[in-house]
Amino acid sequence: MCENCGCGLPGEKPAGVSAHHDEHSHEHGHDHDHTHGHPHDHEHGHGHEHPHEHEHGPGGHHGHDHPHAHAHPHTHSHEGAEHDYTHEAGEEAHRTVEVRRAILDKNDRLAERNRGFFHARGLLVLNFLSSPGSGKTSLIRESVRTLGPDLKAGVIVGDLATDNDAQRLRESGAPVVQITTGTVCHLEAEMVARAVKRLDLAGLNLLIIENVGNLVCPASYDLGEDLRIVLLSVTEGEDKPLKYPPMFQSADVVLISKIDLAGPCGFERETALANIQRVAPKARVFETSAKTGQGLAAWKEFLLQQYQAHSALDPLA
Amino acid sequence: MHELSIMQSALSLALEQAQQAGAAHVHVIRLRIGALSGVVPDALEFAFEALTPGTLADSAELAIEQVPARFWCAACAREFQSDDMFGECPACHKLSGELRAGREMEVASLEID
Repeated sequence: MCENCGCGLPGEKPAGVSAHHDEHSHEHGHDHDHTHGHPHDHEHGHGHEHPHEHEHGPGGHHGHDHPHAHAHPHTHSHEGAEHDYTHEAGEEAHRTVEVRRAILDKNDRLAERNRGFFHARGLLVLNFLSSPGSGKTSLIRESVRTLGPDLKAGVIVGDLATDNDAQRLRESGAPVVQITTGTVCHLEAEMVARAVKRLDLAGLNLLIIENVGNLVCPASYDLGEDLRIVLLSVTEGEDKPLKYPPMFQSADVVLISKIDLAGPCGFERETALANIQRVAPKARVFETSAKTGQGLAAWKEFLLQQYQAHSALDPLA
Repeated sequence: MHELSIMQSALSLALEQAQQAGAAHVHVIRLRIGALSGVVPDALEFAFEALTPGTLADSAELAIEQVPARFWCAACAREFQSDDMFGECPACHKLSGELRAGREMEVASLEID
């Protein structure tokens, strides 16, 4: 911290910083035509001042006026005795470091590593995303059953707590690994990389990842999947895709789930399809029911095609 | 929660870069956040204040540049900005499936000394 003015710059004057203090030589031509209602404990011994916009809490006055004219535009709020302000002054002494990197760069790189690993193993990988309670677990369980011997699936399931979903998924006969995320509201590529080590991949064609039930955060995290499957249950309403565009925009497939409840829920199919089309024009849409099996044959057909197309790709090409 | 972990990642990236550059202090961290990134700038600010104390970026300023969503219309062969998030071409009203900008979540630059 600068001992001269408390501005956060080094107190001694290295060459690069002298400009900053030179600036404090100041022509103090600036008046505050307001009264200050706070105990003001910073020292103006060096006499510099900042054109500042104060927010003053209720209280008494102190009539100091700040004769200063130098360019430290900052806003601070004097609620208490302490200032915690940031100077933009001395910018001459600051250096700019260009970074230009994605915030989730690390996750993206790990996701690519996962993708390469999965591809080399000949696995088609699906990332299932939806709000809590849209029927991911039931639909995955029934998908695994329907795919049966044609495509053997393993499942990784993420939840904040409990392994209830993992237990339900094991009913399908598929190998299942649980990720308990604690307080984290989404899966990340690293969690998947660790979980996959606990899964016996021998003989598997398909890896299904059931993400944490959440329509916001998981959209940002690539896990290394080939396809993103976003569920919309008929009980959620037709306008869900319009309310959560980032998630639906990232979808390769939208599965409308619980279609058997469409009647009782008054689900307007055409409106829902139009909304999906609006947000995710390239997504394939399937209407399914884990309960009655409706739509599962078409869904299976699609996955078989995807698997064949995927296998035809040379992982080293 | 989401913004907290995004901010945590952004801050680690920024601090790593600052250290590599030999920074004594980080004054400003500039982010670029796309309109369709699903991240709320206010929540990032909140997370930033919670995460920076005791780091090189203690009392640093967080500057967020918001990047609008831009889509490509194949029919008109042009790019356009869309405020409604859905990418409807203002000229032909067709829906674009091609998002060209708006999902960014980047650490753009730092001010250090």
